[in-house]
Amino acid sequence: MKTWMRNSIMALMMLMGAVGQSFGQTPPAGMALIPDGVYRPLFRGESDPKEVIVKSFYLDILPVTNGGFLEFVRAIPRWRRSQVKRIFADESYLKSWAGDLDPGTNAPANVPVTEISWFAAKAYAQWKGERLPSVAEWEYAAAASPTRADGKDDTNFTRQVLAWYSTPAPAQLPAAGLGQANFWGVRDLHGLVWEWVADFNTALVTGDAGSDNGLDRRLFCGTGSQGATDVQNYPAFMRYGFRSSLKANYSVHNLGFRCAKDL
Amino acid sequence: MIIRSIPVLTALALLASGNPSSVYAQNEIAAPTNLANLIDPGVSGVETAILAQAPNVPPPLKRKFATKVIVNLEVKEVTKRLADGVDYVFWTFGGDVPGSFIRIREGDQVEFHLNNHQNNKMPHSIDLHAVSGPGGGAASSFTAPGHSSQFSFKALHSGLFVYHCATAPVGMHIGSGMYGLILVEPKEGLPPVDREYYVMQGEFYTTGQFGEEGLQGFDMNKAVDEKPPYVVFNGAVDSLVGDRSMTANVGQNVRIFFGNGGPNLTSSFHIIGGQFDTLYQDGTMTNILHNVQTASVPPGSAVVVDFKANAPGTYVLVDHAIFRAFNKGALGMLKVDGPSDLLVYSGKEVDATYIGKAADAGSETEKKVAALKAEVAREITSNPKIADLNKQIQIQKGKTVYMQTCFVCHQPTGQGIPEQIPPLALSDFLASKDKENIIRGVLMGRTGKITVNGKTYSGTMIPLNYLTDEQVANVLTYVRNTWGNSGDAVTVPEVAKIRKESGPPPANPYE
Repeated sequence: MKTWMRNSIMALMMLMGAVGQSFGQTPPAGMALIPDGVYRPLFRGESDPKEVIVKSFYLDILPVTNGGFLEFVRAIPRWRRSQVKRIFADESYLKSWAGDLDPGTNAPANVPVTEISWFAAKAYAQWKGERLPSVAEWEYAAAASPTRADGKDDTNFTRQVLAWYSTPAPAQLPAAGLGQANFWGVRDLHGLVWEWVADFNTALVTGDAGSDNGLDRRLFCGTGSQGATDVQNYPAFMRYGFRSSLKANYSVHNLGFRCAKDL
Repeated sequence: MIIRSIPVLTALALLASGNPSSVYAQNEIAAPTNLANLIDPGVSGVETAILAQAPNVPPPLKRKFATKVIVNLEVKEVTKRLADGVDYVFWTFGGDVPGSFIRIREGDQVEFHLNNHQNNKMPHSIDLHAVSGPGGGAASSFTAPGHSSQFSFKALHSGLFVYHCATAPVGMHIGSGMYGLILVEPKEGLPPVDREYYVMQGEFYTTGQFGEEGLQGFDMNKAVDEKPPYVVFNGAVDSLVGDRSMTANVGQNVRIFFGNGGPNLTSSFHIIGGQFDTLYQDGTMTNILHNVQTASVPPGSAVVVDFKANAPGTYVLVDHAIFRAFNKGALGMLKVDGPSDLLVYSGKEVDATYIGKAADAGSETEKKVAALKAEVAREITSNPKIADLNKQIQIQKGKTVYMQTCFVCHQPTGQGIPEQIPPLALSDFLASKDKENIIRGVLMGRTGKITVNGKTYSGTMIPLNYLTDEQVANVLTYVRNTWGNSGDAVTVPEVAKIRKESGPPPANPYE
């Protein structure tokens, strides 16, 4: 084939591919499309909007696994356990792994990676050309039950979500992907691990529920739930509470993450 | 001059060296590990607190000075027995419900470490009611799993204080078992006793009913409605029963540190068969009551009770809101061994049969008996001989009344006083008037002129309404049948009727 014909055919294909991707018709492998929506924050300051518009985005169907994270630390040595700086990850970073490049028997490849700090999760997402989801994006996606975009009235779903908080943490975390997909096709937002989000440290509760009714506009509402928009949604309370207890370099044994991507 | 200033310079050099251990080495106090650990000059020495699991407590403190106390308290989420066949995921301080008992002294400086086990799911914090500061420590102890928080406080007040988790939603954390007691002994300590025990009441809001088997979850709706299926001592049904009972001997003084974690219900703490010889009301060491039967312990409060075991047997501790004790688990036992003193308590002395007097009112039997009695009464009144005998009785009784009251005016033989008091003997006036008139005259008095046996009298007879119906009936029957008079008996109902119809007599009959 003539060079000019080959080049122009390739250019045309690339153009079509680019056009196709910019319309977001096919999500990237392993991700699902979460379309435009509205999220009502559980906690908000008086001057903050009651509703947040969530623009459509892609979200990982599964949390990032040990296998996925292994590829990352192979490629980027400064995020290996023996090399990471303490300011970016505390002493529990990848504690269950057998070695820098060996997850070992306690961290099977298909199990969500945990004991990673927010800095590490963010670095992984950047390495993949993606990012961490925001609280609004995560909570909006997580509101969906298997059959509805907003699972609030789905009592079966609510009960299953609550049951996770009553069950003890298992000695060995199960593999990712075993749970039922929600309305958007995303799995394991509930029932597996807590997950990092990009802005985990907005809307904080302090340790003392009594002072959470105070005048500080950033700190709203404790157990009295006087500032909360939905007092029945106590799993959301607990997620907010859990996020508030974290610092960016913390590693927690049942805290993992997944990535998001703009269209 | 330089030689004299050498000690000053040395001291300054030591202080300036910034090495705290060199300055304090002679007092053998551990060097503070960071600048936040200030040294209080009123406090000497360091020790690590001995913690104990219910129903035991750490031993009484012997030291007579304030010290620095290091407390290490671990939060652990554990699945264990709530009742036979029933499991629950408890969130605990120290691995058990209630949490570990902490024992310190007024004035101590406490360095508190809250450690959240890495296998836990939830973040936790602690609010100790002994702490004077924001959140009781909760603001400074909010801890993610796999992490530890440290804060320090001074025990400014003596007392028996509750501690609990304060992480949102607080009711769920407390309702899952996160409460315990910290005792701040007064400077002079507590009076010694023979046995000390630790009991703490709490509710559990399970998704299933009481006794429903399997692993139970937390039911927020029941918690908000304050309707717990379980109200228990020390975190489980039967935790202080049978082999796990508390024990003592006759004559021993027993002390119980009793707290209430709630989260919702006030306990009416009572020991069946005993009294609290001494009650430290609301956990204060200064408001002491004696000889109390039942102590009110709100959620978030505690009491100390001392009592002497005077008689052997099993003493049952209860929440006297009694359905909680017998249907929800708020029950524990103290077994007292030893010789009995029959004067203090004899046990059962007599067991005999007993037959009550009357049938129940309103029963068929009672109605039949009433009807038969009415027939008997009719038979009697219609029998003339009996009627006559009754009249004779009235006459006798009436004579007594006459001799107490009427004879003063009408004279003992009823002859009256000429021109002043009319006679009653052979009185045509009495014979001519009907009974109602006669009765009314006695009750209301008489004024104006009357003519008796041809003579006129215009005096005043005062009202005798202070006599009872029976007295009036009897005295009139007597008068109408004595001194030549004859007439039938006057009855009580007749008098009562006239009294009711007439109303009260005039206030001043002499007007």
